[in-house]
Amino acid sequence: MHRRSALKLIASLPAFAGLSTKALASEWDGILSQARGQTVYWHAWGGDPKINDFIAWIGATASERYGVTLEHVKLASTADAVARVLAEQQAGQTTGGAVDLIWINGENFAAMKAQGLLFGPFTETLPNWPLVDTTGKPATVTDFTLPTEGFESPWAMAQLVFEYDSARLSQPPQTLAALADWAAANPGRLTYPQPPDYLGTTFLKQVLYGVMDDPALLQSPVDEPRYDAQVAPLWAFLDRLHPNLWRAAQAFPQNEPALGQLLADGEIDIAFAFNPGRASAEIAAGNLPDSVRTFVLEGGTIGNASFVAIPFNAAHQAGALVIANLILDPEVQVRAQDPAILGFQTVLDLARLSPEDRARFEALELGVATLSPAELGPVLLEPHASWMTRIAQDWTARYGVAQ
Amino acid sequence: MTDAAAPGWLRLVPPLTLALMALPVAAGLAGTALPAFRDGAAAFATLAAWPGLPRGALLSLGTGIAATLLSLTLTLLILAAFAGTPTFARIRRLIAPLLSVPHAAAALGLAFLIAPSGWIARALSPWATGWQAPPDLLILNDPWGVSLTLGLVAKELPFLLLMALAALPQIDADRRLATAATLGYGRIAGFAFTTLPALYAQLRLPVYAVLAYGMTVVDMAMILGPTLPPTLSTQIVLWMGEASLGQRDTAAAAAVLQFALVLAAIALWRLAEVAGRRLLISIAVRGHRHCALDRPAAGAARLAAAITGGSLILGLAGLALWSVAGLWQFPDALPENLSLRTWAGAAPVLSETMALTLAIAAAATLAALALSLGCLEAEARFNLTPTHRALTLLYLPLLVPQVAFLPGLQGLALAAGLDGDALAVAAAHLIFVLPYVFLSLAGPFRAWDRRIAISAATLGASPAAIFWRLRLPMLLAPVLTASAVGIAVSVGQYLPTLLIGGGRVETLTTEAVALSSGGNRRLIGAYAVLQMVLPALGFGLALLIPGQIWRNRRDMRGVA
Repeated sequence: MHRRSALKLIASLPAFAGLSTKALASEWDGILSQARGQTVYWHAWGGDPKINDFIAWIGATASERYGVTLEHVKLASTADAVARVLAEQQAGQTTGGAVDLIWINGENFAAMKAQGLLFGPFTETLPNWPLVDTTGKPATVTDFTLPTEGFESPWAMAQLVFEYDSARLSQPPQTLAALADWAAANPGRLTYPQPPDYLGTTFLKQVLYGVMDDPALLQSPVDEPRYDAQVAPLWAFLDRLHPNLWRAAQAFPQNEPALGQLLADGEIDIAFAFNPGRASAEIAAGNLPDSVRTFVLEGGTIGNASFVAIPFNAAHQAGALVIANLILDPEVQVRAQDPAILGFQTVLDLARLSPEDRARFEALELGVATLSPAELGPVLLEPHASWMTRIAQDWTARYGVAQ
Repeated sequence: MTDAAAPGWLRLVPPLTLALMALPVAAGLAGTALPAFRDGAAAFATLAAWPGLPRGALLSLGTGIAATLLSLTLTLLILAAFAGTPTFARIRRLIAPLLSVPHAAAALGLAFLIAPSGWIARALSPWATGWQAPPDLLILNDPWGVSLTLGLVAKELPFLLLMALAALPQIDADRRLATAATLGYGRIAGFAFTTLPALYAQLRLPVYAVLAYGMTVVDMAMILGPTLPPTLSTQIVLWMGEASLGQRDTAAAAAVLQFALVLAAIALWRLAEVAGRRLLISIAVRGHRHCALDRPAAGAARLAAAITGGSLILGLAGLALWSVAGLWQFPDALPENLSLRTWAGAAPVLSETMALTLAIAAAATLAALALSLGCLEAEARFNLTPTHRALTLLYLPLLVPQVAFLPGLQGLALAAGLDGDALAVAAAHLIFVLPYVFLSLAGPFRAWDRRIAISAATLGASPAAIFWRLRLPMLLAPVLTASAVGIAVSVGQYLPTLLIGGGRVETLTTEAVALSSGGNRRLIGAYAVLQMVLPALGFGLALLIPGQIWRNRRDMRGVA
């Protein structure tokens, strides 16, 4: 990047435009006093009691430290909250909206940003923002190839890992080809969530990374004239795989928890999740046997970040900013990474933390089924969002009506 | 009994009630139709391009009609075989708790029962089946919707039985059956020839509601129904929930189609009613007594009741057990260990949520009761005959797919600044509660013997006194049953609570559905048990209170 354009970029960020560190601090003090006494409605998926408990803990901390009350609005689908903000925009409600903070990424973020439904940019105003590892974890500022431009703040890193019960399967396959061979030898013991489910589509994207001639193309939007030829290997792979899947691909689990339940019920032998610590946390919660282990594919697996964003008409913007900042607090991040709590990977750069905070991260046990950062291998970047939409559509056209 | 002295406001209650029903539905329908037609036929073109459309539409039609037909047949079979017998009293005690099971919980319970890794398979493995791992069998989510149909039957059979129970005394069923028996008819034939025609007239609207519900159900279809493709209504919800928001017009177009399908199914059902009537008459005039039918019919009815009740009860017992289970792997018939962790974790949220759920249900039900009684009393005093159109308006909320008409309603509430508090949610619940309350109250109210009122009037009683001191007390049981139905309906509402409440009003059901999207059987079990408690309490009281109050009035106790 040229120096001039870098300077222009920095100057364009409102937090830096003419604001010194001191001015930033006093601006933040203003936000803190404005936030005191506010109730922040955080719309977040409510399907996992571990996450619900964690959000409740954040709420207790926020109330203790900043006098901000946090209400977790438990959603069955993030799109419900997006639709809510959209409905408010269409009804002309530009202030006092129902949603203050929203757990978001990928397509939902792209849709909200494109429709002008988000407040920001705001991340540079957060005092904890400099701790975020934006260079080592580029996914914290790039959401499905879309630059976040300060409109959402990361709270956890996710990476695709495969899970298996070592009591039933001793040597898990470590490449796509080996996975397909294993499925052929063990029919009915593997499946994936039905696209357009998020995790199911991620599996398709992971296959694309493995079978496409030039996976670098995934970082650009879908190129229509060449698309069919580019993805042909994906359909060829699935055509071979499907007869060997669970229920011979006549039915699919609907989402990540349903897939995890199949593993817990012993209906399948290999599952996967978008959280390297999920298996350990589920073992700790007594939902999976302690013989479950995880593995990744050679060449790496897809990784991304989860974010929080603030709608343009949020009633309690100051309170929402305080929560977004609190989520980046090392104490909160270390708790999220604890396998007995959530097992989410931190978004912070450990090198930028104080020695005491760094020691707390280093003291964490990995969890019996969690791979070390080195074992997790390379992180593959999320493809451009248009790939997800397109392959999910084509999947439905090809396989959405059972034969 | 037209009465000039009747208060003028009473005359306004029926139009007011209809407006309360019609306005939100009209707004909702507009909210459905507008986006569907926004780009000309573009949304319909996208819909037509969905490869699953023919199958999805057929599934919706097929499962809805099959479930309604089966539930109605079994209801009538049970009534015909057992009405007035001790077996019937036992079945009757089961109805209330079964009816109060939320659909999603019933579906999850059934799913755990019949899945290849489910409770039945666990109980038989490995000693009888030899299965060390669950077999790869397509039982749940079968492409023909058989699991979904059976799940619907298990839930709708108790509802129809309850509606029939409320209607039976009003049509003087006991005397009809006694007459048929003295003429030598078998139980089944006597019931079919003498009681069924009058009973069905009172059951018709509940049956249509079951039909519309069965065709548009989402939560049950997501758990038990096919997925390749899913039913049309499930696909509507999936489109509405699509992250890019790009399929909302398609969802609206599909909702318009779904509405048309429901209307077509009802028309089809109407034709079948006419054919069934002809058939029944042609059999009846032959004069055969069909006594040989009774024994096999009683056996079949007993089996149907046992399977329906048993599967629901076992399924729920399975969920309740999950709520205290530690690790529970296939093929263990019981959990490895028990733990109260789930309940302890959920306890703080529960008391608050439960109180709010009950308050909303009580507010909506009381309002619905007042309006229904007002309408019916106005009808009686001013000799009004409800027009067919008015009735259709009243039942519109039950016939229009919820998912299609609620976003429009949400827009209305937002524009009026009414959303986000519990009162607005109760008002939205009223739209769904009122038809059910009216439905279960109208039959008994209209069938009340008017000669009692005439006698009282000749003794100088005012119309108000007749209503408060005679009609209402005598109709205590149906009023309580209607309240219990209202509470059960309100407790089970998911979409209205979520959309009108802006996510800020948390009820047991919004919590439970959010949790069931995570598939955690332990928590689902805990919530299912609690979700059942409130309505079950209502139904229990509706059966208990009249028995207590009328314990020295033998003829009043049968009126339930």
